[in-house]
This record gives sequence, structure tokens and C-alpha cells, in this order.
Amino acid sequence: MTAKLSANELVLFRGERCLINDLSFALDPGGLLLLEGRNGSGKTSLMRAIAGLIEFESGEILWDGKPVRAHRQDFYGSLVWMAHRVGLKADLTLVENLKFEAHLRAQSSEDFDEVLKRLDIDRLKRLPLRSLSAGQQRRVALARMLLSRVPLWLMDEPFTNLDREGRALVMQLTSEHLERGGMCLMAAHQDIEIGGNVQKVVL
Amino acid sequence: MTEHDEIPSMFSGMLGIIRRDLLLAWKRPGDVLNPLFFFAMVAALFPLAIGPSPEQLQFSGPAVLWVAALLAMLLSLNSLFLSDYEDGSLDQMLVSPLPLSALALGKSITHWLTSGLPLVLVSPIVAITFQMPLSVIGVLMLTLMLGTISLSMLGSVGAALTVGLHRGTALLSLLILPMAMPVLIFGARTVSLVAAGDGVAGGLYFLGAYAVLVLSFIPFATAAALRISNE
Repeated sequence: MTAKLSANELVLFRGERCLINDLSFALDPGGLLLLEGRNGSGKTSLMRAIAGLIEFESGEILWDGKPVRAHRQDFYGSLVWMAHRVGLKADLTLVENLKFEAHLRAQSSEDFDEVLKRLDIDRLKRLPLRSLSAGQQRRVALARMLLSRVPLWLMDEPFTNLDREGRALVMQLTSEHLERGGMCLMAAHQDIEIGGNVQKVVL
Repeated sequence: MTEHDEIPSMFSGMLGIIRRDLLLAWKRPGDVLNPLFFFAMVAALFPLAIGPSPEQLQFSGPAVLWVAALLAMLLSLNSLFLSDYEDGSLDQMLVSPLPLSALALGKSITHWLTSGLPLVLVSPIVAITFQMPLSVIGVLMLTLMLGTISLSMLGSVGAALTVGLHRGTALLSLLILPMAMPVLIFGARTVSLVAAGDGVAGGLYFLGAYAVLVLSFIPFATAAALRISNE
């Protein structure tokens, strides 16, 4: 039985530097993979490489047993990536930004307001993102992730800029996602209080 | 959890990009107006420098207008993917399940709508300063329309290749000018020939064929270029 997401002997270079040497992991529904490491240890690069934006020197990622490089669309249809840069337009309002996302990937519209309320950003609907604080913008990125309803979450430093409640909320949302049978790959330096099937990779 | 909601169609992704970028252009009109001002200014200053002789104006008009249009298009290309790159939207587009070429085509179409089309619409006003007859102005607009479509498409490959580089404008121009030369030559010559009483069909056919050619091939090249330059 193959794992839902697995990586075989990944090797990743940036320039002359070898960031990842021979990393393998397997992630099944309900599993969380935590990437730990100091600043500059290559967490973001690894995340970008898993998302297919950087080529691995060798090794491959399998989704459902199929290499993702050959089946890019299947893989992208099942993941949402909360990157370090939020990837939202500062001149558009929150609603305009999220509506645009609905054109890029599957999004459920029924619980739109509910998600915004949960993240405590429902008051900010009509404001351009430029006028929101950095933490509030992160919450909009979280809303995008919740609305997408895909099994695999890639989260790069999800706690950046968030206040204490925000951090607790991220952990709770992640636990709920895992309980529903989702999977999560998270890069963080913080201590994570999430129960269940947690694997750690130290870079 | 495994059964996810319907992935939007490729067409809806393209329309989404077009709508978002038009909205952004509407909220920040400076990006649209700058190249337009440049075009109008260059083209309006030439008659002052050339002098009032109608023959000379009519002789140099098509060339000046076409060069100004080409440069104005180049000027606006640099920002095509830049803001998407800087705020991380481009990364989100790259990991979308939709074909990247459809999204790239959406970007190019919006670029034409916000820089090529305004140029076409403003050109008659500028052309009057060159004392162009009305029939020639019509041909000028037609050639500009077909030509700017090609320029927007060609430019999107250049913009995609240079998006990660700082100050990539010079390189971008260098990359796409060779491919843009046929457009300039046929565009300007067609207008000149019509002004001299010749036929219009040959030049328009060429410009139209070139536009169709780049429309059908360039989106794939742009998508590949985006993946390469985003490593």
C-alpha cells in the first residue's frame, strides 16, 4: 500500500549549496509533516520544490503513487499553498481577491461568510487589502486555504505576523483538517501543539 | 475530503485573470495612461520638429506613428508580470490546476486591452497632426490593431523570461525586437503604400496571419518561460 504523498531520496541544490540530501518521507491522510530548521536552512526552498516550482537534483515526489511532474494537474488540484508572500492583490478588496481565487481552483461558495467570520475578518470585506494589517492579510490567505477544500495543505511559516489568538486558530484549523482526513506540510520554527500523527524533519 | 468541488474550467480561469487585471487597471489608471501619454507626446512633437510642409508630414507620418506605438508597447511590457511576481500571485497561478498557458493568454489579452487598444483609439487624433487623410487613418488603425495584438503576445514571452531580473527592460527589448521587426515593417509600409495610392490587402493579410500565428503559439511559450524564470 503506497502512501498518499511520498518523497523518495530527494536531493535539492541551490546554486552550489546542497540544501537537502537524501530526504524521504511518506504522508497519509491525517498526517502532519513538520519541517524544522534554522533560518536559511532551506525550508522555503524545499516547500517550493515540493510545489513543483524548483527542480530537484534527483529523487521524486509521488501523489497517489504517481510522479507529480508527469501528473501536475492532479497534484495541483489537490493542494493549496500558503506561501510566505500571501499572493493577494493589495489594490483589490478581500472579496474581490477571494472571488478571483475561485477562478483558479475549486472553491466552495456556500460557507464563504462562515469562514470569514471564523477568521474574524468578516468586517473587512469591502476594504482594499492594502489597508489591512500584515496579520489580517495572513488571515485572508488562511481563508483562501479553508475555502479551497483540498486534501493537502502546504503552509510556509503560517504563524508569521499572527497574534496569539491567530496562532491558536491556525493550530486548531490544522487539527480539524487532519481529523477530516486531510494532510499538512508545515514549515515553522514554533512549537506546535497539534496532536495526532506528526512527523518531524529537521533540516 | 478526497472528493473536491469542481475545478473551474480553463476558460473561466482566463476570464478570471482578465477581469481581475482590468479591475486593477481601473483602480490604478497610471499604468495604462503612461504609455499612452508617451505615444501621444512623441507623435505630437514630431510635426513640430519636422515643420509645416504637408508633403513631409504625410511622408514621415506612418513611420513615426508606428515607431512611437512600438516603443509605447515596450514601455508597458515590463510591468506585465512584475506585480504578480512581487506579491506572490504568480506563484499561486503556477500551482493552479488550470493550464498555465490559458492563464498566460489571459494576461496577454488584458495587456492588449489596456495598452494596445487605447493606442489604436488615440491614433486618429495624433494622425491628424500629420495631415493624414481619413481613408489612410482607417488603415492606420487597422494595422495598429493587428500589430499591437502581435506585440502584446510577443512581449508576454519576453516579460515572462525577464520577470525575475531586476531592471530587465533592456534585455526584454533586446529579446523581442527581432520578432517585432516584421510587424513594424509591414505596419508602417502598409500605411505608407495606402497613402501613396497602393492596395491595402497584402500588408493586412500579413499582419493578420502573424497575429494568428503568435496567438496560437505564444501562450505555451509564455507558460514555459514563467516556469523557468520562477525557479
